[in-house]
Amino acid sequence: MVYFDASSAMPTRPEVIDEIVQYMRDDFGNPASIHGWGSAPKRGMERAREEIGKLINAMPEEIIFTSGATESINLALRGSLPHTEKGRMKVATSAVDHRSVRAIASALANSGYEVIDLEVDIYGVIDVEKADRVIGDDTALISIPYASPEVGSIQPYKELAELARRSGSLLHMDLTMAAFQEPIDVARMGIDLATLSSNDLLGPKGVGALYVRRGVKMTPVLRGGGHERGLRSGSENVAGIVGMGAAARICRERMGGVRKHLLGLRDRLSRGLLQIEGSHLNGHPTHRLPNNFNIRFDYIEGESMLMLLDMNGIGVGTGSACSSKNLEASHTLLSMGLPHEKAHGSMQITLNPLNTEEEVDHLIDVMPGIVSDLRAMSPLYNKEEGA
Amino acid sequence: MDRLEYNDMVLEHFKNPRNAGTLEEADAIGQVGNPVCGDMMEISINVKDDRIEDIRFRTFGCASAIATTSMLTEVVKGMRLEDAEKVTWDDVMKSLGGLPKIKVHCSLLAVDGLKAALYYYYKKVGVDRPDLKPKDEDEDHHHDVEVNIQDSPLV
Ligand code: FES
Repeated sequence: MVYFDASSAMPTRPEVIDEIVQYMRDDFGNPASIHGWGSAPKRGMERAREEIGKLINAMPEEIIFTSGATESINLALRGSLPHTEKGRMKVATSAVDHRSVRAIASALANSGYEVIDLEVDIYGVIDVEKADRVIGDDTALISIPYASPEVGSIQPYKELAELARRSGSLLHMDLTMAAFQEPIDVARMGIDLATLSSNDLLGPKGVGALYVRRGVKMTPVLRGGGHERGLRSGSENVAGIVGMGAAARICRERMGGVRKHLLGLRDRLSRGLLQIEGSHLNGHPTHRLPNNFNIRFDYIEGESMLMLLDMNGIGVGTGSACSSKNLEASHTLLSMGLPHEKAHGSMQITLNPLNTEEEVDHLIDVMPGIVSDLRAMSPLYNKEEGA
Repeated sequence: MDRLEYNDMVLEHFKNPRNAGTLEEADAIGQVGNPVCGDMMEISINVKDDRIEDIRFRTFGCASAIATTSMLTEVVKGMRLEDAEKVTWDDVMKSLGGLPKIKVHCSLLAVDGLKAALYYYYKKVGVDRPDLKPKDEDEDHHHDVEVNIQDSPLV
């Protein structure tokens, strides 16, 4: 079985699972307790906070634990906007943003905010010049991903951070897919708020964190007992948090090796798959996340392709309309200027550090047959060829 | 993507589609677009003695589109034209033992493709059948996609 869908879920590292189990079985107490059972969980949690801080060069007290990326993004946007200066009613997001950002943006649009859609180019990279024209002293917040989660293109975050600084707006960055494979320094990068997900660090699901730069004023979204400096109430998921911390530590320690491994696999994939006639890379050719390879095949549809791959024991993603819940093609691919039928034939491969060369070779072996079988059945194929 | 709940018969038709491809010399070819997801379907027929003597299909669409059309071609092959035009998407879906709700529209595409082929066949032999005429592709775009969230102001 070959799993190439890291952007949907990652495996949890075995070392991390061992730590989690300890905090479920032995150190199960509530960190808020004054009696002895509270102290080990409290220490474990604070160690995790430090580890996550170290991964992105933040202070431990700048890390707020949440239930995952969706909650972090909700807290980042909904928690910070009430404190931005009066008169700043613009929020800038883009087609390459996390789904939650887009969902919150559409709700904000109903609450009096003007939502600006930053334009992306054919590689799925935000156009800085155009962004410069729409971001100004009426902008409250800019939200961007470090890289497009779908096509992997790294965003011009330096320029956008500079824009945020000049205009006096907050900058939120989605680091979910980036943090396990790219060196991140939130202080140097000028980020005010950053979203992290434990599972994307090869930790357990259901945990995440929000980096809140010291000095950024926030209002909680979940109110209650005042945990996490009052910003996120609810008894902490200690085992999950400890797991996230352990995962972050391993990511930091092994970053160099992991990057090299992923880049090797990605190059192998691109050498093998781009040989297929009528195939094209989606996203930036070089400036992209090491684990992301997004390719499209002319004349065929993604869901059929995915199912045939699944029958061969290979799991990948697609931007095809047929496979999405709302039957709409990938927003990212469409915004890059791809016509509907091209977005249809896209295949998204997202690698995790545990993938191997043999797995890549298996995909390279079966892919040409799948593509030609589906093309033989496609009314678009010889229509374009013959005409 | 979400793993779809396709039953075994649908998967079997998807893996081994019947009558896929084109006909050497088709009497008529119908081509329609799916108004919901934007896919395409093509059905070619040969007619003899008012019966569908042979039939082929090609689709630029999902597994459900492939399976339903495969089933449809099996159902109507050899059928009298007047009976074939009465086959509904519901019949096809039932013969397949059902489809995931979100995939029902793909079976419409199969039936519309057949109707279009019949329309052009009748046209060729001098019979006008406006009731079988393929609809404009862009009509009713995304008409039955459910929206279940209503946005209210954020607090
Ligand atoms: S043909 Fe697109 S969803 Fe079935």
